Amino acid sequence: MSEFSVIGKRVALVDSAGKTTGQGKYTDDLSVPGMLTGKILHSPYPHARIKKIDTSKAEAVDGVVCVVTGPDAPNKYGILPVGHDETALAVEKVRYVGDNVACVVAESESIAERALELIEVEYEQLPAWFDPEDSMKAEKDWIHPQRPNNIEKDYHHVFGDPGKGFAEADVVMEHRYIAGEVTHAAMEPHCTLASFEIDSQTGQPGRLTVWSSTQVPYYLQHKLSIVLELPMQQIRVIKPLVGGGFGGKSEVIPLEIIAAVAARKAKAPVKITYTREEVFWAHRGRPRTIIDMKIGAKKDGHLTAVAAKVIQDGGAYCSYGVVTILYSGALLGALYDIPNIKYDGYRVLTNKPACGAMRGHGTVNVRFAFESQLDEIAAKLDIDPAEIRRINLLKPPCITVNNLRVQSYGLPECIDKVISRSGWHERRSKLPPARGMGMACSHYVSGAANSIIRSDMPHSTVNIKIDRDGGVVVYTGASDIGQGSDTMVAQIVAEVLGIGLGRIRVIAADTDLTPIDIGSYSSRVTFMNGNASLRAGQDVRKKIAAAAAVKMNCAPEDVMMRDDRVWKRGTAEPATNGAHAEQMLEKIDAPRGSVREVSGRVEGQTLRGSLQQKRKDEGPKDSMSFEEAVVSAIDFTGALTGTGSYAPPKDARGGAFKGAGVGPSPAYSYSAQVAEVTVDEETGEVKVHKVWAAHDCGRALNPVSVEGQVIGSVWMGLGQAMQEEMVWKDGLLMNPGMLEYKSPSATESPEVECIIVESVDPEGPFGAKEASEGSLAATIPAIANAIYDAVGVRLREAPFTPERVLAAIKAKHSEKKALDITRGDDPVTPTTFREHGGSLWFKGKGPQRHADDPSRRA
Amino acid sequence: MKKELIELRVNGRKHELAIEPSELLLDVLRQELDFTGSKRGCDDSSCGACTVLVDGVPTLSCTMLAMSCASDEQDGPDITTVEGIADHGALAAIQKAYGDWGGAQCGFCTPGFMVTVKALLDRNPEPSEEEIRHALSGNLCRCTGYTQMYQAIKAAIEAEQANR
Repeated sequence: MSEFSVIGKRVALVDSAGKTTGQGKYTDDLSVPGMLTGKILHSPYPHARIKKIDTSKAEAVDGVVCVVTGPDAPNKYGILPVGHDETALAVEKVRYVGDNVACVVAESESIAERALELIEVEYEQLPAWFDPEDSMKAEKDWIHPQRPNNIEKDYHHVFGDPGKGFAEADVVMEHRYIAGEVTHAAMEPHCTLASFEIDSQTGQPGRLTVWSSTQVPYYLQHKLSIVLELPMQQIRVIKPLVGGGFGGKSEVIPLEIIAAVAARKAKAPVKITYTREEVFWAHRGRPRTIIDMKIGAKKDGHLTAVAAKVIQDGGAYCSYGVVTILYSGALLGALYDIPNIKYDGYRVLTNKPACGAMRGHGTVNVRFAFESQLDEIAAKLDIDPAEIRRINLLKPPCITVNNLRVQSYGLPECIDKVISRSGWHERRSKLPPARGMGMACSHYVSGAANSIIRSDMPHSTVNIKIDRDGGVVVYTGASDIGQGSDTMVAQIVAEVLGIGLGRIRVIAADTDLTPIDIGSYSSRVTFMNGNASLRAGQDVRKKIAAAAAVKMNCAPEDVMMRDDRVWKRGTAEPATNGAHAEQMLEKIDAPRGSVREVSGRVEGQTLRGSLQQKRKDEGPKDSMSFEEAVVSAIDFTGALTGTGSYAPPKDARGGAFKGAGVGPSPAYSYSAQVAEVTVDEETGEVKVHKVWAAHDCGRALNPVSVEGQVIGSVWMGLGQAMQEEMVWKDGLLMNPGMLEYKSPSATESPEVECIIVESVDPEGPFGAKEASEGSLAATIPAIANAIYDAVGVRLREAPFTPERVLAAIKAKHSEKKALDITRGDDPVTPTTFREHGGSLWFKGKGPQRHADDPSRRA
Repeated sequence: MKKELIELRVNGRKHELAIEPSELLLDVLRQELDFTGSKRGCDDSSCGACTVLVDGVPTLSCTMLAMSCASDEQDGPDITTVEGIADHGALAAIQKAYGDWGGAQCGFCTPGFMVTVKALLDRNPEPSEEEIRHALSGNLCRCTGYTQMYQAIKAAIEAEQANR
């Protein structure tokens, strides 16, 4: 018999039937009586002062209820306490094409759209900043007056003695890498429904209920409280099913606040759903990043020092920016043993939609630079790329030079596995021409050890309620956004209580019902909410075991619970339980409602009937059913509830220097990947044949989910490596649609093989760590390295589009020493490229803009 | 715009309703008939989340007028949404397989895939990998990377064959 009865099993997500039948409800699927529609007017200018807004014509349209503008809710908010720089609607200035100016509330979408066109706004255009390096030099017309030179934040960290490290190095490499801007493009466009209810005592509008597509319902509650000046206890946030987040819903998005403000003004429930173009403007994706990377190494491959200067094109608001720029530096550590690190990070404001947190937050682009350059060093020193990574492994448990605590460390095994599965040594040297293999590694936090709003509050709390029917209700604040956290919570509680999944109902992410959890971001949920679930399960198990121990005349620690049975240690485990548990597992695949009813009814009848009769005058016995144990505990202690919480341990919270709060985590996941590509030297087209990805997730609680998360991460990395890029022209997004943005389809998506590595973390729930983000970062450099292996050209700008690959190949053939496409060294044709975004638009010769194009300047 | 009374045949039942002639099939399904399974994921027919079957043919309901599916003297076309795929109140093989194999993560694109895959397997019960990829290429997913969907589809085909 295996060690566990529920975890480690391949189970369908507990909410999967709702998703495959269409019964599951996302926010836009909800409606309430009297609901109105909100539509937002966006700025046509990248940077302008609002001189006047006249909404009278719009308000006069039949069917329009009201028009909301900035002064209706001028309080500033932002996800970070240091970054409160947003208002629901523009108060004084607009800062990007797409910034929110006004909102029409009307009886239907078509009426609202018509009314939008009648709002008259008088703008005074201001000089706009699109390139971060230009923006940093700005002397005036700053995007936010409180941020001189448009620098949101800069950090300068030195660990060890980098000067000495570089002096000791036998080889030092220094290059500039650039990664284009990408966005989450979750399939579900953001949506919020806000509704006030009338207070029975005062007769006035009182409590606000908000249903929203969010990863962070508790932060939304907090920010709504700030903007609406309403106590948090008067605000209820409910997260229905969420159609993907990837970080794009991990902070408060303008429409969430606007909907509530609009509902207050309209005195009726208001729903706002973004169009796909609005989703691109809401953005909060991964910033375009310029990385000047320098690595020094000894002849034997040991790294002596790393220096990185990182500039992030952050867009018009702070968003998560301060955290992003810190992650870029902090996670230079904790993957390899690097004795000396120098880091200079600049988060710069520009007149484009705000960048924020996206899968692999802050680490991805720097990892692309580092792993590419490590490959260059390996080539120069004639060391196998896999070997140079092995040479520089950490020796955990350890504290890195930048104060990160590393315990479980599955990277060595990840490298071994990915090498053997991909046939690295056997196949790599025998590949046909223009075909190559590349390797790279990456890692990520299992939740931040320090929360955004610093406090000693636990990061997660979970409550459990069990009633006489033997049904187990778990109340968790964790936000399932498709990654499967509801299932994870159910599995952990089921394992602890020794019951089948079919018995468990998860109530999640409803601020009225569930205890506070800080949200689904930084891959924290399995580790933190999982640990809270584990402890809540143990709490309630203790109560059941105490009562069962009395019934069985044994010590509570001798009470065994598994497969819906409870028995005395040392006696034979009751038979048929295994089969019963299997049945329960099978049943959970059917729609949720019916399963619970079936099992509840059958078991309830047992309870009311023969069971209670039997209980009357029984002596001690060796085993009982889970229901019997529950009933005896309820008889003993009253209502059966349990609670558990999790706060990261003090020694995992990092150093004391400024900015030390970002990077520390109770545990890190690890990934090693090999990519195999063919490059068409005529067209520059790269075909990725396959990616092998070995991921150390500590323990795979549900292998189906772990594989899904790892494959999904690699796939998203492939998108960023090969084709996804936000292209800007004077602050106007040129590709605000799924098609133009080139989200890869089934025909463009190669096979990804996921290899699970389990290092069993000492502090993770059953040893589990994160699985959803750590694999993304390695994919991009693995492909870059594979392209180098195939045709000998080094791509230092992502994505590796045919244009860039071809330019690099041509440069190599004409034996130009270096190619810096953004600097205009491309020998093929253009001489000067635009510095921002899609660097392939070169100055003055971009496509002719339409006369009405808002970005067109006089 | 003045509303007109039309009859639509959705998931085997007839529905009489008053709509504006300009209304899209997707909006009518979602807002008038409460078949919210079909989703709106984009504005330019690029994502496939709104796919429904019109007389068995996968069709983007976001670019079709509801009026064009209305019955006149003759019955209008049979419209099947994801809500019409379940098998007598239980999951159809493809729905079960998508759950078991991780074909659905966030689930927002899943209804479109369910409809697309059903259409594929109805006309080609044993598609090759190439045919599957081709059939799925009109539906976008941002979670799965599609890999687990292929496993799910294979499992569904095996389950169907075992039942036969």
